[in-house]
Amino acid sequence: MPTLIRCENGAFAAAEDPFTRVADDQELPQGDVIISLQRFLNDGERLIGQHRAVGVVLKSSEEVAALSIDLAKVAVVALDFPAFRDGRAYTQARLLRERYGFEGEVRAVGDVLREQVGFMLRCGFDAFEPADGASCEDLAMAARRQRHVYQRAADGRRPAFAEREA
Amino acid sequence: MYRYDDIDREFLADRSAEFRDQVNRRLAGELTEDQFKPLRLMNGLYLQLHAYMLRIAIPYGSMDSRQLRKLAWIARKYDKGYGHFTTRTNLQFHWIKLADTPDILDHLASVDMHAIQTSGNCIRNTTADPYAGATPEEVDDPRVWSEAIRQWSSLHPEFSYLPRKFKIAITAAPKDRTAARVHDIGLAIKRNRKGDLGFEVMVGGGLGATPHVGPTIREFLPAEQLLSYLEAILRVYNRLGRRDNRTKARIKILVASLGAEEFGRQVEAEWAAIGAGSDLPAGEMARIRAAFATKTFETLPERSESFEVAKSADPAFARFVRNNVKAHRAPGYAIVEISLKAIGETPGDASADQMEVIADLGERYGQDDIRVTHEQNIVLPHVKLDDLPAVHAALAKAGLATPNINLISDIIACPGLDYCALANARAIPVAQHIAERFANQDRAELIGELKIKISGCINACGHHHVGHIGILGVDKKGEEFYQLTLGGSGAEDASVGKVLGPALPANRVAEAIDAMVDVYLSQRQTGERFLDTLRRTGPAPFKEAVYADAH
Ligand code: SF4
Repeated sequence: MPTLIRCENGAFAAAEDPFTRVADDQELPQGDVIISLQRFLNDGERLIGQHRAVGVVLKSSEEVAALSIDLAKVAVVALDFPAFRDGRAYTQARLLRERYGFEGEVRAVGDVLREQVGFMLRCGFDAFEPADGASCEDLAMAARRQRHVYQRAADGRRPAFAEREA
Repeated sequence: MYRYDDIDREFLADRSAEFRDQVNRRLAGELTEDQFKPLRLMNGLYLQLHAYMLRIAIPYGSMDSRQLRKLAWIARKYDKGYGHFTTRTNLQFHWIKLADTPDILDHLASVDMHAIQTSGNCIRNTTADPYAGATPEEVDDPRVWSEAIRQWSSLHPEFSYLPRKFKIAITAAPKDRTAARVHDIGLAIKRNRKGDLGFEVMVGGGLGATPHVGPTIREFLPAEQLLSYLEAILRVYNRLGRRDNRTKARIKILVASLGAEEFGRQVEAEWAAIGAGSDLPAGEMARIRAAFATKTFETLPERSESFEVAKSADPAFARFVRNNVKAHRAPGYAIVEISLKAIGETPGDASADQMEVIADLGERYGQDDIRVTHEQNIVLPHVKLDDLPAVHAALAKAGLATPNINLISDIIACPGLDYCALANARAIPVAQHIAERFANQDRAELIGELKIKISGCINACGHHHVGHIGILGVDKKGEEFYQLTLGGSGAEDASVGKVLGPALPANRVAEAIDAMVDVYLSQRQTGERFLDTLRRTGPAPFKEAVYADAH
């Protein structure tokens, strides 16, 4: 089981994961679950009615828009990196945060490496399942790497041009 | 030119420190080559046939004497005393040791240079008109916009893992010196009827195995909305570009498969949703623009007596002026192109000594402004006519006065099989043979503009598709062969060349070109370049000349 690391207000902490990831061909267990988009679209309403938290895992090929009307009911959106080179989840995360105003957890799953965590944070991810065994300290270091950034993104960091104006 | 401030410097320092840490982990065996590879590639470090190659960005091809001297110093200390200027206006060192790279990056950072995003599937160095700020035809200074793009694209959190690499070019004059239409995005600066500044946006050009001339998806984009529009294009590409097949992953394939109109529609929809929030505030644009404020030029007469005297006294100087000196916006000044295509040498190579000579001349006579062109030459954009004889003399002494800009021996060639692990065939010796065959300068001038471009494999780093004559190295049962293409152009009249016929062995390439040149000379009408004649007659007479004795 990969560890879950959450980032809250810039602090990284290992967290108990209350969610069970359930594959499409698996029986649903009790408690909080993370299910596929397809399963959510078929069965989400009913599951949420059972007083449990429901999360959705999106493949990198799936569109965030498919989830947009239901977002308020979703506790976690897990975005999958099938390989660290597949950068579609960065766009998915930004759209979730900036276009659809999603305020729940955006979790990075799959080939999640410390080298990319800085980018992930900027795009709005706030939870990570590192695939390389990275610790909270490793992620915190990666996040602090660059004192400056040049673009506006989902993290609200002040870009260079705003620093200069100040 | 743009000067780094503390923020830009700290940004580089942080990046450099990170890479030093990664190299140390690799050298200590904590990272395997597999794990290290993507990290080093993000910093422009490739493993080639014989050694590591480090690719250093020269942002939009613009640098000053201090920076060029540092490159010369690095060439001497860490390489074999020379460097290779590429068609992407970068500089490559081909003989680098891994353990030296963190120090090299620190030395580069000390003069505000780096190797960030010179490889990897991210937004690469922007190409801009090398005559920026100097040519009288310019609509607006493309460096202003290139610098805005440099900052915006540096470690972009969303666009650092695109389906494939991504290249942007900005041309600012009717004559395109950037090959804009064969870039992932080509931007042509324009004014609309009201006089407002904007861009024509072309998307989906590219070379490689499937060359495309990029279609225009927007005729006029208000200039200040450039970054939000780029974000929209990149976002559509990042979502929809193919990732299952590397050879189909460039944006040109997406644009071709959706159709330019549908692609453009999706970009417009995304752009509308993004809004203006991603554009640079006017204050920051003004700050960047101020860095490229028009140089103060002395008030000089249009005509320089000493220059005219030198021209009539020295035929070699006169020839240099005819071919390598271009009109400047300010009276009494000129743009000087320095050819890195000396006959018999490697196209694009410059020795440390030569770099220092150019740096000195740039500092002393050229307002400390030096440019690199995508055709692998160097430009001093602001030289007084009065100073041209002295500049020419100094260049000649350093072997840098080859008077062949745009002529048949001004050949683009990729490193090919002499260095590159992907190559099918050598490119450099082919370029050398051709240049030697046309070493007679009178004949070269008689032939006029003729662009030959050579790639060692289908990746097309030598831009062979857009050569008037393109040469592509292919592998035929382990032997090096060369396929000729005819009729390409990377300029404002962009087109992709067509294959002429069966590939030729190395020893027949130069004579085939000679045969085609003869056809051109016998058929040309007044004022026609090789390309014009070819477009009028079609390839048949050229083909016949090349393959005549093959029957
Ligand atoms: S065209 Fe091919 S051989 Fe030449 S540099 Fe590019 S990859 Fe290497």
